[in-house]
Amino acid sequence: MIALIWILIAILVILIIWLVAIYNGLVTLRNRAKEAWSDIDVQLKRRYDLIPNLVETVKGYAKHEKELFENVTKARTAAINAQGAAAQAKAENALTDALKSIFAVAENYPQLRASENFQKLQDELTDTENKIEAARRFYNGNVRDLNIKIEKFPDSIIAGMFGFKPMELFELEESEAKEPVKVQF
Amino acid sequence: MYKQIDSNKRKTALLIFVFLIFIIGLGWVFGYVLDRAWILPAAVVFATFQALLSYYYSDKITLTISHAQEVPRKEPFLQLHRIVENLAITAGLPKPRIYLIDDTAPNAFATGRDPKHAAIAVTSGLLQKLNKNELEGVISHELSHIGNYDIRLMTIVVVLYGVVALVSDWFLRSLWFRDREERGAQGVLILIGIALAILAPIAALLIQLAISRKREYLADASGALLTRYPEGLASALEKIAKDPEPLEVANRATAHLYIVNPFKGKSFATLFSTHPPIEDRIKALRQMA
Repeated sequence: MIALIWILIAILVILIIWLVAIYNGLVTLRNRAKEAWSDIDVQLKRRYDLIPNLVETVKGYAKHEKELFENVTKARTAAINAQGAAAQAKAENALTDALKSIFAVAENYPQLRASENFQKLQDELTDTENKIEAARRFYNGNVRDLNIKIEKFPDSIIAGMFGFKPMELFELEESEAKEPVKVQF
Repeated sequence: MYKQIDSNKRKTALLIFVFLIFIIGLGWVFGYVLDRAWILPAAVVFATFQALLSYYYSDKITLTISHAQEVPRKEPFLQLHRIVENLAITAGLPKPRIYLIDDTAPNAFATGRDPKHAAIAVTSGLLQKLNKNELEGVISHELSHIGNYDIRLMTIVVVLYGVVALVSDWFLRSLWFRDREERGAQGVLILIGIALAILAPIAALLIQLAISRKREYLADASGALLTRYPEGLASALEKIAKDPEPLEVANRATAHLYIVNPFKGKSFATLFSTHPPIEDRIKALRQMA
């Protein structure tokens, strides 16, 4: 009888240890994903900071494109205020489109295109966009690890018990040019 | 990736533990044979000092003896800086410092005890001879060494190997200069001691080299995961291996750090090489694509 009680206690202890291990694993993964989001945030902020400069520079050469500037400014404000990965991604895509239209218009102003300031801003923006892309991949990788653990049995039971929810991926429009060229052998 | 880091840290701890037991055992046998008890504590103190020194200064020492200069973040190095920045973000690492070695032989290495104190050095030949995809492949390989804590592991392994070699060396020397009439162990024990003194450094060296080769394969794989374009690194390795110029600043102490063994032409037996055969690495990378 006593032996049986001891066995039961042992099983209980093992169960608790196992539960704590899974719980801690989930907390670690969630924190990593949140940390990765702050990487994206840094780069997005850098892009927001570049946009007013760009608008001012383009304004100097193309005064009449008022609507265009308003669109970009609006899209920028919307992106700054967006909450959550999915909403943020949508706002960022809108901002990217608005920026594209600015660069399309710039094509009509050779003096603007030749200006050193404009070229530098364009270069900085491209660099920032590449960095957003890099940060996005790191974030999505971490979120994927978390989501897999939350969905996998038996971890899913503990995730459900303590209210761990899968996090949203950050999906941006992939421009065709960014896809690496596949080399066939 | 995180799992890899955790297992690397565990392996490092285990390896140091095994090595320490090995060293203590060796010291005990030698001390017993020579009837000199100080040999072990002396070796341990010496090794600890050496380990601490190399732990904190390995990056500075390595960069200095390789004649590497830190490069500013402006033209013509802006593209290099950007490649490193973007890949570091993708890997979730802080940006390492970037150094240039003025040598036309293409090669690269990473150093530093942890990601916060890491540095990547590339030769000017690497920047001239590789295209952007290939350069990204090489940088991602080096970043993987940093992220996987390979540099710390290898530094410690090299130091431990050094201790084994040192103790064995001391033993053989003191045996040589020993007073014949001195009271000591019998002939058989001395023979065992001599055998150990000769075999132990070889065994330690083989362990060191095996670990080094394994880390190279791993850095190739995790590097390919970073760029998602294994062909970039594969063709970079091919170019570096085919390049006939030797790297003048490399020596035996730093050879194991480089992405490709800088001593060309001198082909060691596979067992005694710090790097796996380059053809095997390229094949493994191309199978990933």
